[in-house]
Amino acid sequence: MSAALSVRAVSKQFGELQALRDVSFDVVAGELVAVIGPNGAGKTTLLSIVAGVQPPSSGTVSRGPAEVGWAPQQPALYTRLSVAENLELFAHLEKVEDPRAAVERMLEQTGLRGRAAERVGRLSGGNRQRVNVALGLIGDPPVLALDEPSASLDPAQRERLWVFIAGLARAGRAIVFSTHNVAEAQRYAGRVIVLADGRMLFDDTPAALLREAGEPDSGDLERALVKFLEDRASSPEAGAR
Amino acid sequence: MRWLLRKDLLILGRSRLLVALLIVYPVVIALLIGFAISRSPSRPRVAIVDETPPGATIQVGSERVSVGQYAQHLFSQVQPVRATTRAQAVSKVKSAEVLAAVVIPPDIAARVSSATRQAELEVIYNGDALEQAIVQSQINAALAQANLAFSEQIQRAAARAIDLLLRGGNLGALGAPGNLIGLEEIPPLLHRIIARTPAGADRASLERVATFAGFAAQNLNISKNVLATVGQPIRVRSTLLRGRRTPLNTFAVVVAVSVSLMFVCVLLAAGGLALEREEHALGRLVRGLVSRETLLAEKGLLAAGCSFAVAFAMLAGVGAFVTLDWSRVGLWLVALAFGALAFGALGVAIGALAREVRAASLLAFLLSLPLAFLALVPAGAVAHGFYDAIATVSFIFPFKASLQALDAAVNRASPSLGLSLLHLAGLAIAFGVLARVGLRRAE
Repeated sequence: MSAALSVRAVSKQFGELQALRDVSFDVVAGELVAVIGPNGAGKTTLLSIVAGVQPPSSGTVSRGPAEVGWAPQQPALYTRLSVAENLELFAHLEKVEDPRAAVERMLEQTGLRGRAAERVGRLSGGNRQRVNVALGLIGDPPVLALDEPSASLDPAQRERLWVFIAGLARAGRAIVFSTHNVAEAQRYAGRVIVLADGRMLFDDTPAALLREAGEPDSGDLERALVKFLEDRASSPEAGAR
Repeated sequence: MRWLLRKDLLILGRSRLLVALLIVYPVVIALLIGFAISRSPSRPRVAIVDETPPGATIQVGSERVSVGQYAQHLFSQVQPVRATTRAQAVSKVKSAEVLAAVVIPPDIAARVSSATRQAELEVIYNGDALEQAIVQSQINAALAQANLAFSEQIQRAAARAIDLLLRGGNLGALGAPGNLIGLEEIPPLLHRIIARTPAGADRASLERVATFAGFAAQNLNISKNVLATVGQPIRVRSTLLRGRRTPLNTFAVVVAVSVSLMFVCVLLAAGGLALEREEHALGRLVRGLVSRETLLAEKGLLAAGCSFAVAFAMLAGVGAFVTLDWSRVGLWLVALAFGALAFGALGVAIGALAREVRAASLLAFLLSLPLAFLALVPAGAVAHGFYDAIATVSFIFPFKASLQALDAAVNRASPSLGLSLLHLAGLAIAFGVLARVGLRRAE
């Protein structure tokens, strides 16, 4: 199957800091890929480069910004505008052919039709995050980049959001998301990419990460990640897999 | 840009407090300035207690000058409020009914007539340092004018007395001889007598008297001019080097409108751009949906448009109180438009540095206030080096250039409007570039 998104040898330097080093991976249509790792690993930097928010210092991303939907960690919404007005604005800015139809479609998909006229500032955190993702989808992109989409949501809101995102993947979108919640990655992602200090240390299924860390298939992915990172720290010469 | 503008107008329309401030602020400022200019007394309200006895006069040679005329001169320099006693005057000062009180003592006529003791007035005032400074300058100016007018009257009386001494004539009702000989007539009269007097001691004495009379007449004639010179030793002739004389009230209007233009524009532009960051929308916008240049231009133009409308409304509002030359309205609009664009560029440069609206507003306010203050410091009011520093700061920010452009458009003041517009255009470009660099660095 051909890749919906190809990231090749991407590096990013901020002054003295090397935020990303030679990161490469592919994502196929319908795949849900989680990027996990400790704080400062480079997850947000990687996602923002994939989304075209910032350019890489070197390397390439196969899709331009117009082909990648983007939902940043902090909902990027105008709180004084209504849900529909936010969607309509970005539909026009994305030069969507039929903005009105796109707004209707997103209201339907997010289940926010009943709150279309409500100002975003009055929505719950979960609903704001839905609108945030919906704005990323308004241009109907083949790839979606989500930076910590469930951060600051309560368990019920998280569950609803993941059902929504899983539905998007089933509909054929290639989705890359970063998360601190490793259990979410284990539960929803088909693949995990482990980043640490800007290096990609692992790219395979959650089950493979469990095996790599010596955990049983039904084991805890978070414990496996910690063990995996400790092993790598003690033998830094080991390459990515 | 159309959709961004629409979005910002929607947000602006929903920020009721901000819109109310944008409308109310200039209206209030315009009304305050208008009332202050049109209703403020050009002459201070002063209580005057005239304790001199009715009909008191000052004797100047054979002439008499009424002391009441001094009070009349003083009345013409102030808005007089009559008080019958000193206590009443003090009460009026304490209650702030009047700015100050002047007490004309009963012995003023005797003191002036004595020519040995200087006459004194008592000035009573109250208030803080600022009020005291105002009283001192206004009352001193009023008293100086009254003193000058009164001294001219005394000079005229003295000159008439000298004329009488020189040329002789009727002294009138003082009981003096009816046909007094003048000092100038004495030498020719004596010379005629001397011609008929045989040589000897009498003739020599007469010749000495004739010589003295001639000398005295000559010097007394000069003393009239000396009196005029002493009364007003130096006269002032004013020469304005550049532009035309600008009335203070129309300049005050220009200052008020420029300040409003700056505050509204800089705050809106800085706040508008910072709002994109505060709502975390900047990253989403600049990833190919809107170029950074377009975003900056949109924020700057929106702020410039709003402040332009507000400033023009304010100028037109103040026009109800102050006479403005409406035939120059086209030039006002050009000056306001260039000023607004430069302030818009300054605003987005500030907004590019701030992460949230409150920080941007505070930064804009903290920068704008001293700029307005510095631009109004007149040359010569501070040390030379310090003024150079002030002039440099004023030159690199748009307030002074905007003030000069509007002053040129409204009052035909200098420097020329074209020069100020060129300056503003340069500043708009410079701050636009700074905003672009700042936006990139802040990301």
